[in-house]
Amino acid sequence: MPTRSLLILLPALLAAPLALAQADPGALAQRALAATCANCHGTDGRALPDSVVPGLAGQSAPYLADALKAYKRGERQATVMHQIAKGYSDAQLDALATYFATRPR
Amino acid sequence: MTTLQRHHLNRRRLLAAAGASTLGVTLATSLAGCASSALPGRARVVVLGGGYGGATAAKYVRLFSQNTLDVLLIEPNAAFVSCPISNLVLSGHRTLAELTVPYSSLEKNHGVRHVRDTVARIDPVARKVVLASGPEIGYDKLIVSPGIDLNFDAIEGLRAASAAGSILQAWKAGPETTALRRQIEALPDGGVFAITLPEAPYRCPPGPYERASVVAAYFKATKPRAKVLVLDANPDVTSKAGLFKKVWAEQYGGTLEYRPNHKLVGVDAASRTLRFDLHDPIQADVLNVLPPMRAGTIALQSGLANVGGRWAGIDYLSFESTAHRDIHVIGDAIQLAPGMPKSGHMANNHAKVAAAAVVSRLAGWDLNPAPVLTNTCYSFVDGQRVVHVASVHEYVAAEKTYKPVAGSGGLSTAPSEQEGRYAWNWARTIWSDALA
Repeated sequence: MPTRSLLILLPALLAAPLALAQADPGALAQRALAATCANCHGTDGRALPDSVVPGLAGQSAPYLADALKAYKRGERQATVMHQIAKGYSDAQLDALATYFATRPR
Repeated sequence: MTTLQRHHLNRRRLLAAAGASTLGVTLATSLAGCASSALPGRARVVVLGGGYGGATAAKYVRLFSQNTLDVLLIEPNAAFVSCPISNLVLSGHRTLAELTVPYSSLEKNHGVRHVRDTVARIDPVARKVVLASGPEIGYDKLIVSPGIDLNFDAIEGLRAASAAGSILQAWKAGPETTALRRQIEALPDGGVFAITLPEAPYRCPPGPYERASVVAAYFKATKPRAKVLVLDANPDVTSKAGLFKKVWAEQYGGTLEYRPNHKLVGVDAASRTLRFDLHDPIQADVLNVLPPMRAGTIALQSGLANVGGRWAGIDYLSFESTAHRDIHVIGDAIQLAPGMPKSGHMANNHAKVAAAAVVSRLAGWDLNPAPVLTNTCYSFVDGQRVVHVASVHEYVAAEKTYKPVAGSGGLSTAPSEQEGRYAWNWARTIWSDALA
């Protein structure tokens, strides 16, 4: 039997707030908003290689913003996406478009 | 100075008073280098449970913290097995292997350390968990994603019948799914498969109706005189009611029968009989009994399930427990906000809000005041065709809860094979989002 005391893992008391390089609360909030798309479009908008829904990463921001707003207004047809797009404000859709445009494919 | 900053300062003082001797110890695999692996100042997040919620939380704490937080995932199994899509295993349209994804990519791609064990006890004061095998693991933040516990004792005779393997649930995908498939396969032409539903809320609102539908499709194709009987404790179909009832009427007229207001109170395994509070007993060849559900066992044992002793109360902005500080609860175990289903997709979205909250708290930042959650839930009505329900949920600060965004979300207009392809794509993508 292993020595039980060696296996005791003590609490990891935090010594200092995290130092997150090139990050701020706004960037985290934007990333978290974009993560609501990942279930269907892949983490950070990178779809699976043979996905039947498009990847978002690396697409142009104006194209994504236009497409999302067209879904929202019902001008672009879909099975699900027009229902989802209606749940976001125009500002949120712009933020999503900007975020995914900067992600590597 | 914010409360959070004061909290951190107090903890720094505490650490200094303790002589800064705390070890940021890694796991048993590297115990030989225990002291040298200490990384003072590196906070640790421990995640309990590797389902749709927990696996996603483990990955996203790493992503959102830019890999600056240590993350341990405590999960006994070597691989994840998906509940969504598992009804197609019961109907013979998919295999369990197709729904199984190993946890190994979380470690390889994201540096999440997978501890194959269960948690015997949470100590919220000392901020540590005690593993079933004995070791203790300290945490700065704990994310608990325990899933559901099936309350066998709510149905007389069910615990023994389930343990004996004669009346199965298969409401957690795995070996029991395969066992129930064998019972359904062995059911004779002319036999009856009866499924009972508990009162809402329960895990996966449309799941029992999907199960009934795809088993009916299997019967229709292979044993046309066999029947599916749905006995629902609720007054009506609880999800996608119009879509399911239309399919049942059009496609399964002689095969599937739905009866509402059937609250099960007892079972008899020997005579394969179901007993109800108001209706006459019903006998069938294969019984699939879904009892009332509650938060997973560890949540019950640790006082996290503080809403009616059944579900975990949380602060919806952070998913932090209302019972214990520094513990966040996500997934099916929580007390739901209005319009929120207990689903894998929802758990994945809970996980991301909780991960961002954990990172914010440890960084000393204010929480995101406007988190968003989505849900898309696909149900097969036969082997190929699918219907969905979708919703978007916004945090309403004035009421401290989430509500569906007005005008958003909706249902399919009709079942389609196109949505069948989307459903399978959704499954593979969300598994990748949580586990790869």
